[in-house]
Amino acid sequence: MNNAPENNKPRTLFQKIWDDHVIHTDDNGTSLIYIDRHLVHEVTSPQAFEGLRGANRSVARPKATLAVADHNVPTTDRSKGISEPESRLQVETLSKNCAEFGVQLFDMADKRQGIVHIIGPEQGFTQPGTTIVCGDSHTSTHGAFGALAFGIGTSEVEHVLATQTLIQKPAKSMRITVNGTLQDGVTAKDMILAIIGEIGTAGGTGYVLEFSGDAVQSLSMEGRMTMCNMSIEAGARAGLIAPDQTTFDYLKGRPMSPTGEEWDKAVAYWATLAGDADATYDKEVVLEAKDIAPTVTWGTTPEDVLPITASVPAPSDFDDEAKQKSVERMLDYMGLVAGTPLEEITVDKIFIGSCTNGRIEDLRAVAAVAKGKKVADNIKLAMVVPGSGLVKEQAEAEGIADILIEAGFDWREPGCSMCLAMNADKLESGERCASTSNRNFEGRQGRGGRTHLMSPAMAAAAAIKGKLSDIRNL
Amino acid sequence: MEKFTILKGIAAPLRMINIDTDIIIPKQFLKTIKRTGLGIHAFHDIRYNEDGSEKEDFPLNQESYRGAPILITGENFGCGSSREHAPWAILDMGIKCIIAESFADIFYNNSFKNGILPIALPKEQVEELMASAEKEPSALLEVDLEKQTITRGNKISFDFEIDPARKHSLLNGLDDIGLTEEKKAHIKSFESNDKEKRSWLYA
Repeated sequence: MNNAPENNKPRTLFQKIWDDHVIHTDDNGTSLIYIDRHLVHEVTSPQAFEGLRGANRSVARPKATLAVADHNVPTTDRSKGISEPESRLQVETLSKNCAEFGVQLFDMADKRQGIVHIIGPEQGFTQPGTTIVCGDSHTSTHGAFGALAFGIGTSEVEHVLATQTLIQKPAKSMRITVNGTLQDGVTAKDMILAIIGEIGTAGGTGYVLEFSGDAVQSLSMEGRMTMCNMSIEAGARAGLIAPDQTTFDYLKGRPMSPTGEEWDKAVAYWATLAGDADATYDKEVVLEAKDIAPTVTWGTTPEDVLPITASVPAPSDFDDEAKQKSVERMLDYMGLVAGTPLEEITVDKIFIGSCTNGRIEDLRAVAAVAKGKKVADNIKLAMVVPGSGLVKEQAEAEGIADILIEAGFDWREPGCSMCLAMNADKLESGERCASTSNRNFEGRQGRGGRTHLMSPAMAAAAAIKGKLSDIRNL
Repeated sequence: MEKFTILKGIAAPLRMINIDTDIIIPKQFLKTIKRTGLGIHAFHDIRYNEDGSEKEDFPLNQESYRGAPILITGENFGCGSSREHAPWAILDMGIKCIIAESFADIFYNNSFKNGILPIALPKEQVEELMASAEKEPSALLEVDLEKQTITRGNKISFDFEIDPARKHSLLNGLDDIGLTEEKKAHIKSFESNDKEKRSWLYA
């Protein structure tokens, strides 16, 4: 209606969402777009609220804004608050700002509290066809619902708070199709790691990725979120998956989902969003699901992936001179010798959680591997950090927590935790971690810490075996 | 925001690719509730030893490049997180222009919001600028935003691309929120139409 397509030209999912959100386009092609949903957390918002205060501005649509403290919160007993003064100040500042500007907040004591990208979908705040932003790059997660969702900096957080809009240019579109059926033991995480390995960490720069194909469409919402979550690791502005019955079923009955007639009206609209059959994309990438093995990273960028059956590469395995130099540095940082089979790499710690893999399905996968087994003796710590209080509650009700505790895992309170190690959970220098998170950057999980990214099942296998292991042989 | 017109200064070469936001500003410094004061922490882990002393191999620790307002580096600079602490830290250490083969989207966008000019150039041109900065550290580079040129003495002169709207904002030091507020009538009109079409989002 407001932005009908010209000549009924076939459109992609991205174009349909874009068209429905353009408020105004300048002669130079820059558009002002409407933002439907804004998620806020404690790390990237204090300066934005301060900016509003300084300019005597208010929050344009407090009801379209939802805040939660996640990055800094302790994952151990919270009854005494946060002991670290700077973390405490940031969390308290968020509470004060939300109270002052009328924004709903899930505070640390609220059982709905959790990682911002877990709670949005969980509450039904995330909906198809919407534009969703947050001062956090993993906002791409929400693309799993067919929402155009992307991370923004603090200046833009302030812009959205003040105006409910953003200044944007349309992105290019890349369709990534994964045909066929995934092998047993291969998950959404392996699929997205394989894709990043294929297109590279800058392969998606300037693009919105649209994931399609049988292997994608047959995923649960949890799996779809894992894939879209890591779109940013390919450099993409966002990731998208067309909404379908799986999406609608997930959203039905959630606290912030529409109800009654409004639900029917919403579903009717959501059903129109999938890309038209003959829409064209700026770039197409096709993978076969059968070619994807359980995948792990060996280096310090998420493109440095290999099947678990492979060995650590040498700099000479790469053509580009800059990459060779970078591989040399990575092997040194990671403490790895070229030629070592990945399955011979022993690990010190296990981290299961994050906005990538902290949902119920992920914890079920870990429990399935750990049931009746014990964490290996060489593992100093195997942490399981549920993505939210509700995930934690559900996992406890399903008996997952008991299985994990029995196996020797540490069962924690929800938050971002050791994915980025802003709270007390971190790696010591030289420690090696099998992690279900999204970034293996130098120092990401603690200065000198060595991260290998993998699926929850693979991280569980590493916990049991004490080294990187092929889940298919367990 | 400060205006960016012409910048003349020394350029520090940082020969790495995929410099991510955790390298630019590690998480322990994200706990601030201010925008300023992050400069001393910029590039922390590659700039300082564990004991806090400076690493000699970090270019901006070397006398010839210390305080350089221009940074030259490899592809995919600023990949990773959306933390605006990354450009805040870089600006606070005195860098106002970054020349690289390519930038990650969010970092690129965040830079403009803080008056930093990120310039993407073809690989050969970056290499030429990098090599000349390494060979002759004291030679000044001149970046002219209006003309969209980078010159070094009379030997090197490259043109660069920049989005016209971003250029205009940077040249004039404009505040985006102020510009958007001028379009308030458009926003109100959008909202009233949209409330009909997608009423469930306005409950």
